[in-house]
Amino acid sequence: MADFFRWLAQLPPLAQVPIVILAFLAVVGAVLFFIEIAPRRGRRYTIIRLAVSVLVPVVTVFVVGSYTWAAAIGAVVGGILFLVDYRSRQGAGYLLQLWCFLLPAILMLVIGLIVPTIQTAVQAFMNSRGTEFVGIDNFVWIFTQPSGVRTVVNTIVWVLVTPVVSTIAGLAYAVFIDKSRGEKIFKVLVFMPMAISFVGASIIWRFMYTARPADQEQIGLLNQVIVWFGGTPYDFLANSPLNTLFLIVVLIWVQTGFAMVVLSAAIKGVPTEQLEAAELDGTSPWQRFVNVTVPSIRSSLVVVLTTISIASLKVFDIVRTMTAGANDTSVIANEMYTQFKNFETGRSAAFAVVLFLLVLPIVIYNARQIKKQREIR
Amino acid sequence: MASVSYDNATRFYPGGTKPAVDKLNLEVKDGEFLVLVGPSGSGKSTALRMLAGLEEVNDGSILIGDRDVTDVPPKDRDIAMVFQNYALYPHMTVAENMGFALKIAGVSKEERAARVEEAAKLLDLEDYLSRKPKALSGGQRQRVAMGRAIVRQPQVFLMDEPLSNLDAKLRVQTRTQIASLQRRLGVTTVYVTHDQTEALTMGDRIAVLKDGILQQVGTPRDLYEAPQNVFVAGFIGSPAMNLFQADIVEGGIAFGNAVLPIPADVLASATGPQITVGVRPEDIDVAPAGGEGLDVVVDLVEELGADGYLYGHAEINGLRTDLVARVDGRRHPNAGETVKLVAKTDHIHAFDIATGERLNAAVVVD
Repeated sequence: MADFFRWLAQLPPLAQVPIVILAFLAVVGAVLFFIEIAPRRGRRYTIIRLAVSVLVPVVTVFVVGSYTWAAAIGAVVGGILFLVDYRSRQGAGYLLQLWCFLLPAILMLVIGLIVPTIQTAVQAFMNSRGTEFVGIDNFVWIFTQPSGVRTVVNTIVWVLVTPVVSTIAGLAYAVFIDKSRGEKIFKVLVFMPMAISFVGASIIWRFMYTARPADQEQIGLLNQVIVWFGGTPYDFLANSPLNTLFLIVVLIWVQTGFAMVVLSAAIKGVPTEQLEAAELDGTSPWQRFVNVTVPSIRSSLVVVLTTISIASLKVFDIVRTMTAGANDTSVIANEMYTQFKNFETGRSAAFAVVLFLLVLPIVIYNARQIKKQREIR
Repeated sequence: MASVSYDNATRFYPGGTKPAVDKLNLEVKDGEFLVLVGPSGSGKSTALRMLAGLEEVNDGSILIGDRDVTDVPPKDRDIAMVFQNYALYPHMTVAENMGFALKIAGVSKEERAARVEEAAKLLDLEDYLSRKPKALSGGQRQRVAMGRAIVRQPQVFLMDEPLSNLDAKLRVQTRTQIASLQRRLGVTTVYVTHDQTEALTMGDRIAVLKDGILQQVGTPRDLYEAPQNVFVAGFIGSPAMNLFQADIVEGGIAFGNAVLPIPADVLASATGPQITVGVRPEDIDVAPAGGEGLDVVVDLVEELGADGYLYGHAEINGLRTDLVARVDGRRHPNAGETVKLVAKTDHIHAFDIATGERLNAAVVVD
């Protein structure tokens, strides 16, 4: 494999493209062969299977040049094909196909998600090197030292403020621009921050917040405005506890666009007749909004609120880029990273577990709401 | 309760050059059941929505009672509307749906419950009050929509094709229920439909619209016996009236080798040498053997038990003309035969060929 890549790398770029495509096609062909052709019934397919189980080791010998490898691969391929042949005689194939399709996804889920979750949970009860069981010491550490408590409290503030403010702002914006003249342009304007990475957004906002001593020229927009109005520069990111709120503004700036787009689509889905019926029932525009529009877009509201809640629970980039957790602005994800970097894997894992426990109720609530919504639709 | 009047009411849709409703003049009396009927695109729904206030009136005015409501917002017009797809609030129970307008109006909880209960009793909905619309059948939803209007005790009911989402059998049932309910409550009602049968069976009076222009207003009987123009003649009645162009001859018009008598002064008022003649299927008979009449080739006979409808075609002035005649269900000509048909002379409708307007006086027997 490594030889293949090395050989590929020394070819001219234009020659690499068709080779990569060919290799890709070969892999897809092999997959299709095993899924589509290999399990079929009939003598013709048995012969094809036999031919393949002979061909594969022979080709391996020529390509790899190792008899051991050829024998191993030949055995595996032969085994699979024998199994397939045996099953196809019985007319089975559904279960086999099911497993063939599910297995890659299951494998990746297990390797990428389930095993790490369990490992993290175990590590949260181990010492910094992961060698010794220490009970709940790591959690005790988090909740006994002021900066640990501060981190958890900050995270909770993030979760409480961000979803509510960005959803309300997004909803209000979506309602006001609905059916207006330049609706598309207004939407793009607010949606644009979504396209900027958190790190990019953070850098932009750090410039917005930058403070220079009063006798120097200001390079931050906000402080320049303050100076214009005759004020003294204010270091937005240095003074706790307001600095956390200024960081939250960045996430709100990003997420409002998301809330607006989803809710705008939902508002357009509210049947006109219902609104007209409500109008004839004597409602004011506000009463219509509360009694017809909001209940109709309820499921979208829940999705938006929970999605943003989870995003703000996991917030890392903004804090890392703007303050790195200094001046009491740290959040759980940032602390997780910091502790890990300091070779405190146990504490890091304990933070991860706390974060997981905080996310869990939101996910459960979300799932329940979706179930509940089926009653209406 | 109140009367409703349209006074030259006109509605242009933005970007359109032709008005959707063109100078509509229409009076609906207090407690009357008026049906607006017409083919799709005739402006009947627009006219209703103008009355509801959901559609702007570009010209002219609309009055409810003595009050000019042309620029009054819908919520202050004191009207209730039943929508085609019912427009129930999906997140509210039946009782909440029906009581919503009262809740908005600030009616006390007890009175609200009492009025909802009363309406539910009227509509046979008492067992469903705590259900959500999703858990109701189409017919029940339709009744809830009716109930929502009744609970309001409004000046005017507006109904926009409220039966079109029901199956055929339920539609016929509900049709009579709505009509009798309206008579019992005595609330002025404007009802929109595209179905002329619905119009004939339900309305005290019917207004026929076409291309935004009012064609004729009258009782079902008026419209059936004395259509004012070719369009109304063809639209009202099922199967439709036979309409064909005939030569003016001495003493009347030619119908095969027979002559349908039409007074000379009527014929004199025609603008051309021909007129459009209308004869309803039940006014056409099979001529006795050897009699005079129009030669018709029978294409098909639709048997409906007691009656049958004979579908055939004839050559009138070299034009192939399809004709329908009501025949006896037991004894009738068979497909492929050629028969002579005659028209009953006292129910002939004569229309001008150019304007389409009625020429002769109608015979309305009361």
